[in-house]
Amino acid sequence: MNKRKRSLKASLGNIIVFVLMIAVFVMPFLYIILMASKSARESALMRFSLPETNLLFRNLGQVVSFRDYEMFRALFNSTLLTLGAVSLVVVFAALFAFVAQRKNDRIATLLMGVLVAGLMIPPSVVPTISLLRTLGIYKTLYGMILIDVALFLPFAAMIFRTAMTGIPRDLDEASYIDGAGPLSIFFQVILPLLKPAIVTVVVTSSVNIFNDFVGPLYFLPGAKNVTAPLTLYNYISQFKTEWNLLFANVLVVSVIPLLIFIFFQRQLVSGMMGGAVKG
Amino acid sequence: MRKRGSKTALTMSYPNWFYLPAVITFAIFFIWPTLSAFYYSLTRWTIFDATFIGLENYAQFLSDPMLSIGLKNTFIYGILTSGLKTVLALPLAVLLTSGIRFKGFYRSLVFFPVLVSTIAVGITFSILMQPNEGLFNVLLASVGAPRVDWLGNPRLALFSVIFVDVWKGIGIATVIFMAGILAIPQDYFDAVRLEGGFWIKFRHVIIPLVRNSTFTVILLSFIGGLRTFDLIWAMTGGGPGFASDVLTSIIYKQYQAGFYGLSTAGNVILFLMVTILVFPLRSFFNSREIEV
Repeated sequence: MNKRKRSLKASLGNIIVFVLMIAVFVMPFLYIILMASKSARESALMRFSLPETNLLFRNLGQVVSFRDYEMFRALFNSTLLTLGAVSLVVVFAALFAFVAQRKNDRIATLLMGVLVAGLMIPPSVVPTISLLRTLGIYKTLYGMILIDVALFLPFAAMIFRTAMTGIPRDLDEASYIDGAGPLSIFFQVILPLLKPAIVTVVVTSSVNIFNDFVGPLYFLPGAKNVTAPLTLYNYISQFKTEWNLLFANVLVVSVIPLLIFIFFQRQLVSGMMGGAVKG
Repeated sequence: MRKRGSKTALTMSYPNWFYLPAVITFAIFFIWPTLSAFYYSLTRWTIFDATFIGLENYAQFLSDPMLSIGLKNTFIYGILTSGLKTVLALPLAVLLTSGIRFKGFYRSLVFFPVLVSTIAVGITFSILMQPNEGLFNVLLASVGAPRVDWLGNPRLALFSVIFVDVWKGIGIATVIFMAGILAIPQDYFDAVRLEGGFWIKFRHVIIPLVRNSTFTVILLSFIGGLRTFDLIWAMTGGGPGFASDVLTSIIYKQYQAGFYGLSTAGNVILFLMVTILVFPLRSFFNSREIEV
């Protein structure tokens, strides 16, 4: 009797949780897809309903071909920016963390402290623009990549430094005695062993850099430099009423982060949990 | 230990130049702008030349209600987003580490909004919050409640954005808490098993022992909240009027208007605000961390 009561209570709880989860975390995304499948007139009603006729692919096509296929340029720019910045972040931060963790002297602590402050301090916008102008890389992907490297280094260095504590020093020494120099020890011994930490850094920073809106808004203005989140922003000002196309645009720019997520889901959550415990 | 110490020649030395790529990039593209901001904030600045005007920009920032509201709103935004994320994510994390069904599926669901572009989330919710046909109000009307102008009411707009911020960012807080809960040794749960129910477990085991995670969540979301820009910009643009302006949106508006000195003063004020609030909080938390 008691047992049955308890299992009834448990399954009722399960149902309530399920309904709440779907309502809070699935409905908004379902709404995006429904809106993106409607005609302009129907989407103006903003209903949560199935479309009269499914126009999803027509709308997606229209979004992609808009302004002479600007979307392709945006996705290309965002991908290039992400790849460039993330690979530099990984190499620079790993080099840094390798030596900082191994030496662990006063200089290492000081440098690490300065980097970590970068996690908190908001970047100064106009002085950065002025710097980029002086260097002649304002409104270029190079400039944007270097800014992102500076902004994402601290987090990566922190993750790598924690991960380095799990790689025994004997390994360095053994390769050293075998005649390997510091660079080849780094690339052939350390980097492969940092792989789980690298996955964490690559996924979190690439999603953040790909989705970044503020950076390109300030440092990468101009139609030829457009990035994925900026296409959305441009859309708001141009097609205020065509909600169906706006939501189709939301779908298009969400595809790449979604793919990254599906691909790395398990490592991402466990990696973030590992990083979070330490730091 | 074994026979290593004697052979100093064989002990590897780690080259300092490995620091350089990171240090140089960080110094040029982060530290330099941060430091030079202090000077530029004291000038009338047109990018090409800067005229020194002392503290005039700061005086204007603190006296003009259009600008000083940003200070207040930034503070509210930081406190509320971080408080709500902490309070909501902990029970969620307890749920997602319990024996509930579809746990893996829920974990992905909660984390998914973190991965979607903030602008996309902002646009979606600003349509859900439309005063007439928006889904939120349609739902309210269906239960007989009055409609609410979520983003058009100057008193409410900031809080509506905060709500969406919590929805989007709760995944990170939940993952951090999940890590903390899973790291609690089973002995602690066994120790209170005889004393009874869930509440004892939650109150006397989980809350005290996830303290480090709580600190991390509070700090991360507080810093994130103080620095936030894109969600506000996508949902209200700081409006109606300037009712939901925060420091970052004012920095952007002044930049657009060509007041570079004033914009940079806003940047320095944000810098000081973060420093004054976050660093003491961090050292307080550090001193109270526990070893599980």
